[in-house]
Amino acid sequence: MDSTKFLKIEKITDETPFVKTFYFNHRLNSKPGQFVMLWLPGIDQKPFSIGWEDENGFALTVFNRGPTTNKLFEMKAGERVGISGPYGTSFSVRPNTRYIMVAGGYGAAPLSFLAKQLSVIARSVATKQSQSTKIDFLLGARSAEHVLFEDRLSKLPNTKIHIATDDGSKGHKGFVTDLLSSVIPAKAGIHDNSLDARFHGHDIFVCTCGPELMEKKVLDACNVAGVECEISIERYMKCGVGVCGQCAVDDLGLHMCKEGPVVSGALASQIKEFGVYHRDKSGKKVYFEN
Amino acid sequence: MLTTTFLNKTFANPIVLASGILGVSAASLARAVKDGCGGVTAKSVSLEPRSGHPNPTTAGMEHFFINAVGLSNPGVDAAVEELKKFKELSVSPLIGSIFAGTPEEFAVVTEKICAAPIDFLEINVSCPNVSKEFGKPFAYSTEAVEIITKKVKAKATVPIIIKLSPNAWNIDEIALAAETAGADALCAVNTISGMIIDCHSRKPILHNKQGGVSGPALLPIALKCVYDIYKKVKIPIIGTGGICSGEDALAMIMAGAALLGVGSAVYFRGSEVFEKICEEMEKIMEEEGIKNLEEIRGAAHSS
Ligand SMILES: Cc1cc2nc3c(=O)[nH]c(=O)nc-3n(C[C@H](O)[C@H](O)[C@H](O)COP(=O)(O)OP(=O)(O)OC[C@H]3O[C@@H](n4cnc5c(N)ncnc54)[C@H](O)[C@@H]3O)c2cc1C
Ligand SMILES: Cc1cc2nc3c(=O)[nH]c(=O)nc-3n(C[C@H](O)[C@H](O)[C@H](O)COP(=O)(O)O)c2cc1C
Repeated sequence: MDSTKFLKIEKITDETPFVKTFYFNHRLNSKPGQFVMLWLPGIDQKPFSIGWEDENGFALTVFNRGPTTNKLFEMKAGERVGISGPYGTSFSVRPNTRYIMVAGGYGAAPLSFLAKQLSVIARSVATKQSQSTKIDFLLGARSAEHVLFEDRLSKLPNTKIHIATDDGSKGHKGFVTDLLSSVIPAKAGIHDNSLDARFHGHDIFVCTCGPELMEKKVLDACNVAGVECEISIERYMKCGVGVCGQCAVDDLGLHMCKEGPVVSGALASQIKEFGVYHRDKSGKKVYFEN
Repeated sequence: MLTTTFLNKTFANPIVLASGILGVSAASLARAVKDGCGGVTAKSVSLEPRSGHPNPTTAGMEHFFINAVGLSNPGVDAAVEELKKFKELSVSPLIGSIFAGTPEEFAVVTEKICAAPIDFLEINVSCPNVSKEFGKPFAYSTEAVEIITKKVKAKATVPIIIKLSPNAWNIDEIALAAETAGADALCAVNTISGMIIDCHSRKPILHNKQGGVSGPALLPIALKCVYDIYKKVKIPIIGTGGICSGEDALAMIMAGAALLGVGSAVYFRGSEVFEKICEEMEKIMEEEGIKNLEEIRGAAHSS
């Protein structure tokens, strides 16, 4: 049974002119990459990635773009919203791995949650191996004022932040994916001894969440370099429980609310519509624009 | 053991995906075949694209599922492309499904969808969730069902199936009207009208307020409907409503069903449910010494 809990918004923080984070004093015991359905009675109910969770509760980082998010942005701490979930798959948490995270827009939230989880695990399992988990966090935004969670990320151990902005007002000028070549060495996936030495025996693992065309570039780069990756793929979701078929992807017919949103690069490579089109509320194809 | 012939077409097993579950996309329908369906029914489509109702459009509870998706669909022209693609991905029997606001429009949509390689055409006159736009479902009225059946039959190039509502108190008479007007088969039942209310927000949970109830709670209602219809007509029935297990499936055959529509069971037992139901049917049949489904079809009627 997917029951909805009405939860008080504990705190709201302004991240950028278009983005707020809503904190809830409630544990979901979620994994990074999973999502909740947020219900505003009389308005609508929509999927949002869990942008953070710790012992105090969870948070959602929301981009203001239409009726539901407009209404959410008018709400104040103390007001209640309906939450159900967590739903869907999550990013893999692996020991002794060099993570490369590529975030665009609000995708920075779930990936910062993942980075935090990795550091928590590294601290609790105080083995030499897990302590050596290292993260390169590639963070993209339109301009300096739209860069999300630089503060949050800079507090995490073993995490190096690389910023790219479209207008060059902070970090690299250009796409965040331009930075990939500096952190994924060519042929990184080929395990000969000299390369192993270069990576100190660490496997490289890429996780990405953000605009689909950015994610597609990440997937292509990983496939070329022979590096494993996981991708969060957003599709229009209605039921959230794998019944209505709205979020099924071509040609595999996987339902992204249940068998996603996080899928392996190998699986994403078989999803023909990935980076090409998605479907709107009616089920009509909408092509991504370059 | 489960092979079923329905209007001269062979189904590997009698389980067909019910309309509206897993949608209209070819990939999603082909996936249901991979998961064990003997055939599939596509989501009902209309002349123009429709966005459907805002969320929540569905809710799963312990004993039932309820939805008011509001017949969202990409429109018949886009659907024809999806249905063509399904036949590239799968050889299984394909049932198209349509709805419309008037008998004339039913005729137009019928003509258009028959351009797709469908094997049968189901006519949804029984959705309980769009009455604000379309008025009471046509399936409550013998006259309306008669008129629509005739209009559709005149244009259809494949056998037609009329899908009936369990809200109609005289469902067997409506079934007879459809048969007399030329229907080749019937599907019983669509969801039954219902509502759920959240006691914290003090509001109906579905955005549309009312919705259609399906899943286990619908089974006894569906069994009685199919039982009554089987007594009244000669054309075959797709028994639909609440089937979640092999036992449910065999009971529906004993009520008189030729094929079995399965939808909400996906919520209760996952997408592998179709194969599970078939395995359970075979196991019970072996235990009970039943060699084929013909042997037990309508068995519940013998005194
Ligand atoms: C798995 C998943 C995780 C998401 N995580 C976040 C998040 O962390 N932060 C965030 O701001 N947004 C997230 N979204 C997108 C979020 O669902 C939309 O921003 C929201 O639905 C917009 O609703 P609206 O009424 O404000 O605007 P609308 O005008 O209704 O929609 C604006 C756009 O949002 C998208 N959208 C709308 N409804 C849905 C839906 N039901 N499912 C998927 N996409 C939809 C469409 O692209 C649409 O064009 C996520 C979506 C998915 C599928
Ligand atoms: C989410 C959902 C959407 C549905 N959409 C349609 C539809 O578009 N056309 C239709 O004829 N029936 C539709 N139905 C009804 C089903 O086809 C079926 O008749 C009903 O759910 C009872 O079967 P079940 O208990 O196995 O789900 C829908 C049912 C559900 C749960």
